[in-house]
Amino acid sequence: MSIRTVTFDAIVVGGGGAGMRASLQMAQSGFKTALISKVFPTRSHTVSAQGGITCAIASSDPNDDWRWHMYDTVKGSDYIGDQDAIEYMCSVGPEAVFELEHMGLPFSRTEEGRIYQRPFGGQSKNFGEGGQAARTCAAADRTGHALLHALYQQNLKNGTQFYSEWYAIDLVTVGDKVAGVIACCIETGEVVFFKAKATVFATGGAGRIYSSTTNALINTGDGIGMALRTGVPVQDIEMWQFHPTGIAGAGVLVTEGCRGEGGYLVNKDGERFMERYAPNAKDLAGRDVVARAMMMEILDGRGCGPNGDHVYLKMDHLGEEVLHSRLPGICELSITFGHADPVKEPIPVVPTCHYMMGGVPTNIHGQALRLSGGHEGEAKQIDGLFAVGEVACVSVHGANRLGGNSLLDLVVFGRAAGLYIEDALRQGMEQAEPTADDLDRATARMRRWEDSTGGESVAELRNALQSTMQNAFGVFRKGDLMQDGVKKVAELRERIANGHLEDKSKAFNTARIEALELDNLLEVAEATAIAAEGRNESRGAHSRYDFPDRDDENWLCHSIFDPNTKKLGKRDVNFKPKTVDTFQPKVRTY
Amino acid sequence: MKVSIYRYNPETDKEPYMKEYDIDTQGKDLMVLDVLNLVKEKDPTLGYRRSCREGVCGSDGMNMNGKNGLACITALSTVAPGVLEGRKPLILRPLPGLPVVRDLVVDMTMFYNQYEKVQPYLQNDTPAPAIERLQSPEEREKIDGLYECILCACCSTSCPSFWWNPEKFLGPAALLQSYRFLADSRDLATDERLSKLDDPFSLFRCRGIMNCVSVCPKGLNPTRAIGHIREMLLERGV
Repeated sequence: MSIRTVTFDAIVVGGGGAGMRASLQMAQSGFKTALISKVFPTRSHTVSAQGGITCAIASSDPNDDWRWHMYDTVKGSDYIGDQDAIEYMCSVGPEAVFELEHMGLPFSRTEEGRIYQRPFGGQSKNFGEGGQAARTCAAADRTGHALLHALYQQNLKNGTQFYSEWYAIDLVTVGDKVAGVIACCIETGEVVFFKAKATVFATGGAGRIYSSTTNALINTGDGIGMALRTGVPVQDIEMWQFHPTGIAGAGVLVTEGCRGEGGYLVNKDGERFMERYAPNAKDLAGRDVVARAMMMEILDGRGCGPNGDHVYLKMDHLGEEVLHSRLPGICELSITFGHADPVKEPIPVVPTCHYMMGGVPTNIHGQALRLSGGHEGEAKQIDGLFAVGEVACVSVHGANRLGGNSLLDLVVFGRAAGLYIEDALRQGMEQAEPTADDLDRATARMRRWEDSTGGESVAELRNALQSTMQNAFGVFRKGDLMQDGVKKVAELRERIANGHLEDKSKAFNTARIEALELDNLLEVAEATAIAAEGRNESRGAHSRYDFPDRDDENWLCHSIFDPNTKKLGKRDVNFKPKTVDTFQPKVRTY
Repeated sequence: MKVSIYRYNPETDKEPYMKEYDIDTQGKDLMVLDVLNLVKEKDPTLGYRRSCREGVCGSDGMNMNGKNGLACITALSTVAPGVLEGRKPLILRPLPGLPVVRDLVVDMTMFYNQYEKVQPYLQNDTPAPAIERLQSPEEREKIDGLYECILCACCSTSCPSFWWNPEKFLGPAALLQSYRFLADSRDLATDERLSKLDDPFSLFRCRGIMNCVSVCPKGLNPTRAIGHIREMLLERGV
């Protein structure tokens, strides 16, 4: 099969915050940079981020210190976040946030004219000793939208070459090296080889492996799928965050900022139940803690509504003015999807799949790592491949991400990867040269769908996959249920391999895209299932009935899922920050 | 319920046609996007854009029973009387005035071109401070109602002036963004921005019809923004 080739210094796959921050960095410095995105960039899921970007910019508290933010993040991660990476994110954060402001991001303001910061869950002053901090920089409750548009605008200004509505199918590899990607133009169906010295994955999360999720319909784990298919492992992929406040029934998110601004959760008796579970932080405990408490209330029969299957988020006491000025988007969403005006009545909420803490393991430069299990020393950089944002596991979130840390993660590491690649390009990065066979390999799965003549439909298979994951790998997990889930996912692999793409047309064929996305959902689901079943403890978001306690002796480590063997290995967590003392694991209470 | 959808595949259809579907919504007041997803399970060949499904990404602008809006936040009960109850069909067409790529998918190139023409990025060449540029809450408030635009194109494609002159008239969405930067105390390119708009078409082709205001799914008011730019141009003229 002959295939057109386009050549760049660097290509970025994914047009969300991480991807556009990386492309901006390289385009600003004059490198020939392409950004491939399956949607027009401002339709990427970063646009849905609401509450803000957590960073010690010392606006709300002039004495704020990035080390306090670091402490919170390490604790929030339940101690399997890498401390060198967290140190980098928290210390470089202010610079990266100020850059966003200089780009034009319309942050809300304080009376002093500085960026407005609000309290978020898991935040403290003075290493947990100084009470609640207010560290999340906000543009009302549309911070992701404001951030994504500002980045798109700067990319326009700096001449990034956009390939909008192009879908990346697979990595092109030459031995162990990455030479670019094969991508398909959605509008015309044309398949093209994007050749580059550096390929940056910024493909976001994969919440659509679950039937109920706050994630956009496009969050299908395309980067994870592409990585696993070429033998690149994933790390901590069992760690899925369930956000406490998804609107019941709809799955749409309402920000933690609702609780940051003073809202709180109540059960059917009107009790503010978080006081029992987290006496100090209450509703602003870590997300994993709050989500579990909510599920306990529901399972104990204290849920709200006719089926007792959700709880209420109460905000009416905050007053119309605060709600309309600080949380205008939430008011809209709640009325549209929850049929409740928060000014007058509580919002029905339930923990909902929200964020993938795991992903492609990388170092702080975004370089993807190949590991064979075992220990840190065996990590090896993959030439030509980088990953940033939710698809990556650098790892700053460990077993539980703090609210507001995802936006910081994506700008800090998008930027870091851009900086590193610029430097490497200046010093002469090598371009791997694929053979026809290498290209063939990367188009194989597309040809499989194109040649399909019968079998189950994509929608049918996707529904089956999503309900399997929802039932067996939710907030609370159990060994036998998960073993059953692993089996079902293995069966689904067979079924999907025989799935049918009926529509073979070229022009804007969304059926083809959905089929290709299904392959990726499957890869993420399988890795999640095997890793979750294998981690025999409870830590952060991974909570097991059969192993209810944290087991630091055996599991104070990353899990590594190897797609070649489909086995779970372990990798050491980094406990060696460069400028501060190690934060030692402690019992995690809020 | 009956759903009637505009269909066109350039590879197989000589011309577009309306295709009827019978969809069981179990009487629920679903969003139009949910209905489309149900249709697509039955007929995977149907093409439409969608992403966030909560009204913030701007992918699924379309024409529903004659009015532009976002399918994901438009409940059947609000489309038109009788649609939810099944007495009237739900009629879905692509956004008017832009070339159709396939089914409900339009070619947005013209729309994005106009957006790019207003230089939609902050311009300020003074050396940046070590922290953020300061801006008072009052100054910041001036860009409320402007920065929230999601580029869904519902407004521009409901605007007769844009239908007539999509290359020369910038359209409500682009002009709203133009004003977003004119109104930002941190932007220093006011004069240059205004000069670019000072011709018979770019801005002045707006006839105050206000379709843009009536369809904006985010409740924004491009006509008012255009009015503010007119005032700035007038003030500059005298």
